[in-house]
Amino acid sequence: MIAALNDVARAAAATAAASLVLASPLAAGAAGVAWDGFVQSHLARRSHQVDCPPGTACEFPAAELRGQLKAEGKISSGSAGFLGRFDLVRDAAVGDTRLVTREFFGDLTSEKAAARLGRQVVTWGVGDLLFVNDTFPRDWVALFTGQPMQYLKLGSDALKLNLFPGAANLELVIADFRSDNVPTSQRFIFADPLPAGLPRHAAEPGGLEISGRISGYLENWELAGYASRTHHRSPAWRVMSAEIIGTYPRLNTVGASVTGPLGKGVVSLEAGYFDSRQDRDGRDASIENSQFRGLIGYSRQVWEDATVGFQLYGEWMRDYAAYRQSVPAGFPAKDHVRKVATVRFTQLFAHQTVTLSFFAFLGLSEEDRYLIPSLRYSFSDNLWTEVGANLFGGGRNGMFGSMRDNSNVYLTVRYSF
Amino acid sequence: MRSLRIFATSLLTAITVTSPAAGAAEPSASDIVKRSLDTYYYAGSDMRSKVQMKLINPQGKVREREMTMLRINLGAAGDQRYYIYFHGPADVKGTSFLVWKYPAKEDDRWIFVPALRLVKRIAADDKRSSFVGSDFTYEDVSGRDVDDESHALVRKESLGGRPAYVIESKPKAADYSRRVSWIDAERWLPLKEEYFDARNEPLRTFTAEKVEQAGKYWTVTARTMKNQQSGHRTEVVFREVEYDVGLKQDIFTERYLRDAPSQWVR
Repeated sequence: MIAALNDVARAAAATAAASLVLASPLAAGAAGVAWDGFVQSHLARRSHQVDCPPGTACEFPAAELRGQLKAEGKISSGSAGFLGRFDLVRDAAVGDTRLVTREFFGDLTSEKAAARLGRQVVTWGVGDLLFVNDTFPRDWVALFTGQPMQYLKLGSDALKLNLFPGAANLELVIADFRSDNVPTSQRFIFADPLPAGLPRHAAEPGGLEISGRISGYLENWELAGYASRTHHRSPAWRVMSAEIIGTYPRLNTVGASVTGPLGKGVVSLEAGYFDSRQDRDGRDASIENSQFRGLIGYSRQVWEDATVGFQLYGEWMRDYAAYRQSVPAGFPAKDHVRKVATVRFTQLFAHQTVTLSFFAFLGLSEEDRYLIPSLRYSFSDNLWTEVGANLFGGGRNGMFGSMRDNSNVYLTVRYSF
Repeated sequence: MRSLRIFATSLLTAITVTSPAAGAAEPSASDIVKRSLDTYYYAGSDMRSKVQMKLINPQGKVREREMTMLRINLGAAGDQRYYIYFHGPADVKGTSFLVWKYPAKEDDRWIFVPALRLVKRIAADDKRSSFVGSDFTYEDVSGRDVDDESHALVRKESLGGRPAYVIESKPKAADYSRRVSWIDAERWLPLKEEYFDARNEPLRTFTAEKVEQAGKYWTVTARTMKNQQSGHRTEVVFREVEYDVGLKQDIFTERYLRDAPSQWVR
């Protein structure tokens, strides 16, 4: 309830800010507002029978009807504009109806600079469903229940400044903290090492986060450098007498990426260092240790309308010995180097009205997997449907294996207007 | 001067009814194709147009794509950059494409997915893949190299009231075995093209439905590509065609892929 009120308050603040930014220029030269949107039903059914604890959406972890309305406008000179994207969701899986501000921002643009204020989605980096330097909030629940990919990212309430001085582009994002939407017992079943029955409370950090990116071209190669002063986006839980307190520990990151043509395909490299500020010696088991993260990816077309992609990803934990000593008895210990490979195959048929897609996360060190097959058919420009599955398997101590009781098949139907 | 010479040549050809290939003053088949490619794909130093595409299946069901297309020519090597912004349909509105085209190697291509604010570089190995599900390939949209095919001048004839060279082209490697083109002998635009498969069956047919002058340049403003084997066809109309509008090279970079340049994309 409080979270909902917070959302409303934030949306109102964003609205007010956007109105202020836009009121005068829009009044001076409104070029009209374009409206569009969609209605969508999405259903995910657990693929095998499991015993769920009470209070978990067991048979259907997702069952919702969603309407989205999008409005956007620009003044005729193009130097100011706005965009709003609002979802009204009837979520039958958890018995909730809510209005969600997906995005709502105002833009001011000039030749050499741009500013965007309000709720906005920011996406950086070169990974495919793997993230190194993109520390912006994500919705894992949406991914694990097969929601359309646009729901993978959550908007940040932020001021984004872009400078285009010439050879390089600079981007600065100053944002309010927003946590990831992580799986909870509302829809998912997983082993929970924390004591049951105690009330849980997660406190969001105050203050602003700041992230920056510098990017440019070297011939037809793209280079980028990143840095951010942020927080871990999933809570670190700690038992405090009669309750469990979650905090979002401080995190600084710095990294770089490069992508360009190689042979007949595209190669991508990205690396980053995650400095876990509140656990620099690695002795606090509840807080993630500092890490190096890196990925290498390659994708190419194999025949007409068919593309394959491969990625190798690693997380190297620092102070591993200290971490091993700090893990309490009964808790599974993570690997020193967590290695994941991914495979993507996409084939389009029938004038691109049919999309067959397969994505696999393969946990090389944790010996687990997460497979996402899907098939989409567009009946017309307005109507499409997709069937697919989220199939988790392998060792239960792995990130994907821990979700293995949550494998599901899903069906989405969307009508756009 | 050149067109005068061509006019004289064609007059002579019409009178004597000899093979035009034998006429000493005729340009070679390669020259005709080269000139046609230059006229069709490289007119002006830059170009802006609204493009409406209708994808029509054999049952007559129509899907539509509404785009703004920007193009700039870079240097003498034939490098070009294309920027394509989708105005519709609603589900892809705001999606944009960036293509850096090189005649001698594979293109660089990027797509921007607006709902995720995601810029993704896409592997582009095959210029003969369908462009957004239409009957046109990437190559049909952004051009091929004259040396990709060997060319022979078959005859000269009138097509739809226009004098045309009929050229037969055989690709070095492609999904078609030969292509017969009718190229306007004065305006140098392709009027019609027929593609044949390995069994010499008609594969696809291109038709220039409407040719208009936009500024200094003759332009095919309505064109159709029909797949003769499936019956699927794509109709394209170019509106608001402008050349030499002063596009800058930085329009064709990630910045504008993420935020459409409103001066040009309306």
